[in-house]
Amino acid sequence: MNFWQFLVANRQQVAELTVEHITLAGVATLLAALVGIPLGIVITRVRGLSKPVLGTANVIQTIPSLALFGFLLPAPWIGARSGRLAILALALYALLPLIRNTYAGIRSVDPAVVEAGRAMGLTDRQLLWQVELPLASGVIVAGLRIAAVVTIGLATIAAAIGAGGLGEFIFRGLAMVNDQVILAGAVPAAALALIVDFLLGLVEKRLGTLTVKA
Amino acid sequence: MATSSQDGDAIQFDRVSFRLNGRTLLHELTLSVKKSEIFVLLGRSGSGKTTTLKLINALLMPTEGAVWVDGKKTTEWDPIRLRRGIGYVIQEGGLFPHFTVERNIGLVPRIEGWQPQRLQERVREVLTIVGLDQKLAARYPTELSGGQRQRVGVARALAADPSILILDEAFGALDPITRSEMQKEFRELQRQMHKTVVFVTHDLREALLLGDRIALMEEGKMVLDVTADEFERSRDPLARAYMEAFEGPEAERKRA
Repeated sequence: MNFWQFLVANRQQVAELTVEHITLAGVATLLAALVGIPLGIVITRVRGLSKPVLGTANVIQTIPSLALFGFLLPAPWIGARSGRLAILALALYALLPLIRNTYAGIRSVDPAVVEAGRAMGLTDRQLLWQVELPLASGVIVAGLRIAAVVTIGLATIAAAIGAGGLGEFIFRGLAMVNDQVILAGAVPAAALALIVDFLLGLVEKRLGTLTVKA
Repeated sequence: MATSSQDGDAIQFDRVSFRLNGRTLLHELTLSVKKSEIFVLLGRSGSGKTTTLKLINALLMPTEGAVWVDGKKTTEWDPIRLRRGIGYVIQEGGLFPHFTVERNIGLVPRIEGWQPQRLQERVREVLTIVGLDQKLAARYPTELSGGQRQRVGVARALAADPSILILDEAFGALDPITRSEMQKEFRELQRQMHKTVVFVTHDLREALLLGDRIALMEEGKMVLDVTADEFERSRDPLARAYMEAFEGPEAERKRA
């Protein structure tokens, strides 16, 4: 039985695990964006906060992923369900590109434009929403794109703690020494990453031309 | 003079000093700008001209002394209200790159809550005032020439009909022909509008052409505060140095 035949024969399970995978990676990326983007904004406002925050996010990313799952296991509520645990760990990994790109994006807005806005009587809030965030949006989406792709790849490891997703096939295939089974997990996961990368790439390009036109 | 607000003075500086990180950028500056006059701040880069401008619209606050705008100290003004009442033009317009010309011009009226129809009419009106085609309203700043961008910058400053305009090297980035056009048009415009204008420049020709009064600044101090005619006759060494630096190439050649 070759890889395609295996995929077709197990299409129902492939579909289920793919949905599970998308849910894990999607929720984790969303969570990371909800925390990372506001945090990225805050560190452009509060002097001296950017170094410790970016440093911490950097350190989190250097922790080996399996070890991070292990560290989080004893946590109350989080550790009770492997899905929650996996989502939290994945979100922690996705934080860095989101914080960093939001920070860099806002900092890269032409200071003359920001000052013109301030001199015209925009409030801090108006300046943020009408000038800084729109002009930084291309860079922020680029961060979201990196975060999403990394999370989709990393989510395969979630199967190691029983959180499901396409990693199930990979781990099963490893145990069975069966390449077809490994590929049944790896190929859809890679395809998923490529599709998301492409779609967010389109959004980034649109915002990018807006900013440059800009 | 200048210890309290006087009628006819739109802006007053009363012994204003400004220091930043231990450096004195302005030293005991006293000046007053009358309503409807063009007051030029002339000086080299680093002389404190831009700092002076930023003290007017409360982007900076004086370390000592007080700045009065429309009879009220800038420290007592709500900075947002004060700034919305002062039109501000900078080099190349400082336009928002992600807004169309129309949105750029209409920004202050829009956040002031004008009705869309009134807003649109006002945008058309100011486009006409600065001599721009209505068709440009839908364009983005990068789709305009430098001169057009500068006109949009002026139109944006005029949109909410402020009584005071401040311009920081507004025409400095333009080519000589466009610059000269803009200067003449601006002078014409001012004859009709009677705004109080504070104009920062390092270009003596521009200062003499536009200024009712010229204040010469050097190293954070005001050296001279005179009319344009008086400036040309001044014996002040720095004023003479300016006159000489701006003499035409013929004079230069004659001397050589």
